[in-house]
Amino acid sequence: MKEAREFIMKCVFILTACVSIAAVVLICIFMFANGIPAIAKIGPLNFLLGEKWKPMNNIFGILPMIVGSIYVTAGAIIIGVPIAFFASVYLAKFCNEKLYKILKPAVELMAGIPSIVYGFFGLVVIVPIMQKLMGGSGKSVLTASILLGIMILPTVIGVAESSIRAVPDSYYEGALALGATRERSVFFAVLPGAKSGILAGVILGIGRAIGETMAVIMVAGNQPVIPGNLAMGVRTLTSNIVMEMGYATDLHREALIATAVVLFVLILIINLCCSALQRRSGQ
Amino acid sequence: MEKIKGQLESYKEQPFSLVLRFLMWIATFLTVGITVCIVGYILIRGIPNLSPEMFAWEYNTENVSMMPAIINTVLMVLLVLLIAVPVGIGAAIYLVEYAKRGSKLVKLVRITAETLSGIPSIVYGLFGYLLFATTFRWGYTFLGGALTLAIMILPLILRTTEEALKAVPDSFREGSFGLGAGSLRTIFRIILPSAVPGIVSGVILGIGRVVGETAALMYTAGTIAKVPGLMSSGRTLAVHMYALLSEGLYMKQAYATAVVLLVVVLLINAGSGWIAKKLTKR
Amino acid sequence: MEKDKFTIKDLNLFYGDFQALKKISMHIPEKEITAFIGPSGCGKSTLLKSLNRMNDLVEGCKITGTLLLDGEPINQMKNVNLLRKRVGMVFQKPNPFPMSIYDNVAYGPRTHGIRKKSELDAIVEDSLKKAAIWDETKDRLKKSALGMSGGQQQRLCIARALAVQPEVLLMDEPTSALDPISTTKIEDLALELKNQYTIVMVTHNMQQAARISDKTAFFLLGEMVEMNDTETIFSKPQDKRTDDYITGRFG
Repeated sequence: MKEAREFIMKCVFILTACVSIAAVVLICIFMFANGIPAIAKIGPLNFLLGEKWKPMNNIFGILPMIVGSIYVTAGAIIIGVPIAFFASVYLAKFCNEKLYKILKPAVELMAGIPSIVYGFFGLVVIVPIMQKLMGGSGKSVLTASILLGIMILPTVIGVAESSIRAVPDSYYEGALALGATRERSVFFAVLPGAKSGILAGVILGIGRAIGETMAVIMVAGNQPVIPGNLAMGVRTLTSNIVMEMGYATDLHREALIATAVVLFVLILIINLCCSALQRRSGQ
Repeated sequence: MEKIKGQLESYKEQPFSLVLRFLMWIATFLTVGITVCIVGYILIRGIPNLSPEMFAWEYNTENVSMMPAIINTVLMVLLVLLIAVPVGIGAAIYLVEYAKRGSKLVKLVRITAETLSGIPSIVYGLFGYLLFATTFRWGYTFLGGALTLAIMILPLILRTTEEALKAVPDSFREGSFGLGAGSLRTIFRIILPSAVPGIVSGVILGIGRVVGETAALMYTAGTIAKVPGLMSSGRTLAVHMYALLSEGLYMKQAYATAVVLLVVVLLINAGSGWIAKKLTKR
Repeated sequence: MEKDKFTIKDLNLFYGDFQALKKISMHIPEKEITAFIGPSGCGKSTLLKSLNRMNDLVEGCKITGTLLLDGEPINQMKNVNLLRKRVGMVFQKPNPFPMSIYDNVAYGPRTHGIRKKSELDAIVEDSLKKAAIWDETKDRLKKSALGMSGGQQQRLCIARALAVQPEVLLMDEPTSALDPISTTKIEDLALELKNQYTIVMVTHNMQQAARISDKTAFFLLGEMVEMNDTETIFSKPQDKRTDDYITGRFG
């Protein structure tokens, strides 16, 4: 009786452990099964490299969205990573405990703010500012980059900080003992040891930026055209899906799912890079 | 004062160190400053927009009440936790208490959980739409949304529980087994109770994600502003806010909704901070 | 003639490829204290843990040879939990559960199906008395066990082990984490308990073995070098290595 219960519960635990495997398999099956046929119908090259997205005329080229996602992600990295980098070094190695007790919760709070609220903030604060500075609607590549740059801060800071903390103190002390300043000791003795961890944080940030939807949609303008400069509007892969999924039918709907497949594959590649890096830094 | 003077003195010889120090100050100030800006702006501009009719029980285009959305959010959180927490804890128990080290299944669970945690919410949304709304022919349903979000926060619950279980000292396990207790009794009487604070902090993080989620819900649970049954559509607060913004007519209400969302997030963060403190005290 | 509680013959134990115990053969008599001594890593704790199959928890652990409890082969017992009920264990570091003193002691009996409050109360009181800690705890049974001193915690762990009414008590260096006064208390307790229980104790402390044990076995590098009456081992050891060890020439 008792043995039977032990056995049954063990099976239950194994089953629950398998849920995440099943979920990934299901997601892959459903995304690919619904997306690949559309790509085949449209033609992979026409789909991936087509510069025109005109659902009314059955023209489905997602190059503008791919380029758009890359632009705003790159922008977010350029804006966010330096800030996150220096802030994480400060949090890990320089600030005293009292200050840390204020700074850390602030960063954690940042991670908890819903993306729709970020988007709203972008819409009512950043967009008007950009409008004044650069003219036009204010919804642009640059605006989206700034907002995404802010949003990835907590992700990158979190990972970078813990990898800096994981570097043995002996490196730091060794450098100090040679007469280097604290800054020099940290930047030239400690940080090289945390390199792959910090990089993993950046890649995680890239993943967040590419996958972000609700915030971008509010501030990017969403024109499905490859933007010529930073002040022009842009549409990302994610916003393309959200905006049109509500009313799309037939091939249009399938093309949107195919857009998600492209996004999904991009994210899988990014995740692979990230976990490979983290494994290396763990050694 | 003397100390600062000494430090300044040393920077004179090492201007590069001073530059680095400045960059760090600026970066940290920016990070915290932006957070304060966002929270402050939304609270200050938003709170005056709160009005009693926004909390009326029924939604209509006159009052644009967020009450149904608030109730839905609470229901959604409960439903998602009801699904995700037992599964996540069960899986973590298997990984920590049963699985042999280096087993294939464990590796596979780890990799898939990592993958799940990286998938963007819009992809979850589409997956949920394809599986529940289309394949099961449910249409937009509350249950479909909850199942989608449950998969989404599963890796979070799994990972935090796993960490919490690993932190329980092995001497507790030895002590219990040494008295002739079986695995189940050891797990449920000794190990899980010791791991509760860690598990709870994971659950709180999960609540935060459910409350803030929009993209994964729009095409699974849908956007109807009513308190639903399990098999009908209903919008949560975050979706409500998106709906208001995309209609473009309701800035006042959008501000008010943002305030409520932000307050919930602040409470959640305070709660998890409090639990973390309790955890380190022990 | 004394009766054997454990009979061990040609016991080999492997952790993966590493052989931790080599051809151990011995008899452990009933209702006496048997001490295992030897330098760290000699296999004495490993052998102790084989006696109630706590080694089952270690991955890649394999055992060959004969290991009998009252003539019954231990490694073929279907219900390992019943074995551990008969053969209780006290660990190196006191490991009370994070619950009240009462619940700690009652954990074992509850595990084995005793639910009645009056019965549990009696068992708890009896066990705490046997472990000579009743007077210190009777007014704070509902308080957390984690608030006690190390020595008290260890005696609580002994009470907890006694509460399942075992026949044997395995003690794995039970005093190594304790101060001298607590150590004396545990030693006195062990002497008291041997009237009712068979005690097998691993110890680093040779004086302790000499003070309280009836039989002593000396281990070195996974082998049992010799086993005899404690007096004989400490006065006229047969093997030169034993002599070297107890006179402090190595280890």
